[in-house]
Amino acid sequence: MSFFRHSVQIASKDLRAELRTKEALNASLSFALVILLLFSFAFDPTAEQTREISGGLLWLVFAFAGALILNRSFARELTNDCLDALVASPVSGPALFTGKCLANMALLVAVELICLPVFGIFYNVRWAHRFWPLLLTLILGTWGITVVGTVFSALTVNLRLRELMLPTLVYPLLIPALMAAIQLTTGLLAGQPLAAELTNWLKLLIGFDIIFTALALGLVETVLMG
Amino acid sequence: MTAVSAAGVWKYYGDYPALKNISLTVEPGSCLALLGRNGAGKTTLLRILAGLSQPSRGTVSIGGLAVRDPRARRNIGILGHGIAVYEEFSAYENLRLFAGLYGLADPHRAALEWLERTGLDRVKDGLVREFSRGMRQRLAVARAFLHNPHVLLLDEPFTALDDRAIAVLQNLLAEARSQNRTVILSTHQLREALELATHVALIQRGALAYAGERTPIMLEDPGWLYRNYGEA
Repeated sequence: MSFFRHSVQIASKDLRAELRTKEALNASLSFALVILLLFSFAFDPTAEQTREISGGLLWLVFAFAGALILNRSFARELTNDCLDALVASPVSGPALFTGKCLANMALLVAVELICLPVFGIFYNVRWAHRFWPLLLTLILGTWGITVVGTVFSALTVNLRLRELMLPTLVYPLLIPALMAAIQLTTGLLAGQPLAAELTNWLKLLIGFDIIFTALALGLVETVLMG
Repeated sequence: MTAVSAAGVWKYYGDYPALKNISLTVEPGSCLALLGRNGAGKTTLLRILAGLSQPSRGTVSIGGLAVRDPRARRNIGILGHGIAVYEEFSAYENLRLFAGLYGLADPHRAALEWLERTGLDRVKDGLVREFSRGMRQRLAVARAFLHNPHVLLLDEPFTALDDRAIAVLQNLLAEARSQNRTVILSTHQLREALELATHVALIQRGALAYAGERTPIMLEDPGWLYRNYGEA
């Protein structure tokens, strides 16, 4: 029980801190919106082109915007050596990690849910009728990004170039999850049902999430202890 | 049962041995002063005892439990170089958070009690980033003592404290001693440390040069230990 209690305590602490400072949220949201707008003005895609690039565009924006949130996740603990107080407390490494993942996930999903209507308006894409399968894809894809990103956020927290190192290390690992999320999103926005070929991508995304969550929970204690 | 035990502890940073085969035991109720020059390895040893860093070799236990066991960590209070409180939270929110993480029965009451004990009750809702240096230090002391730990690990606790924070900390340490709690403190301030300590350990270039009881001669002549066991 203490695992869940500690995870929720850490997640609510991080969310409260972020809602007060809005450092990561503002940076991530404005970055995502600016990129969506710039792409729209730069390429002025036709309906057919939009259908082909929608998933890729959205998930690349989400992945880059996510890096801004993930970078702050452990970096905010460096001020006043707060990470030492957390690691020295009875909170286990996996509980600390899970709490941070939940907070990062909530922030990134919030950014994504704000971006979706903007994407729909500027690219003239109807997405509301596929909202629930899209939401499922968003949640699974975002969990993959946050799990891998949070581990590497802990790993790179003491590096001087952590803002550069985090995306450099994380994106190659995320390729299977991003591929699956891109294919699912493109298919759903093109009106395909969540069946047949899309089911395989869904299974890949679920498998990625399970494997990397298990790996992260097993490794995080070592990562935190150095 | 031994309060704190380190057996054959080595710590390497790359090829450099920061700690070399440190073995020591600290009994409940005693106060160990970890002495040594800058870079001797005091902070490294304290971090290992607190479970913040893994030894390259050797074992550490707190009250007979492995230091990473949550039951052991519940009994450790650490005051390090940083104040380890969140700038964007109020004093009350910080203490309430840590009281919750330590699983105290009534986190709200514990937070209020320690705010009062450290003289911060009137500014309990003020954000830490707006606090003076002295207020931050007292909050850090409250955070370390909040859960009534059996073992207190204090790294240079009096350095950079203002007069009021020193008084608060001295009172709390005296109370901890009277309650048979164990204190390990690293410091450069020989005289203050020797007055508090029941035991002394001198670390020299990562190795234990002396470990034993604090004797009257150390109090009379604080330089005695370095002259007899330290490097020239």
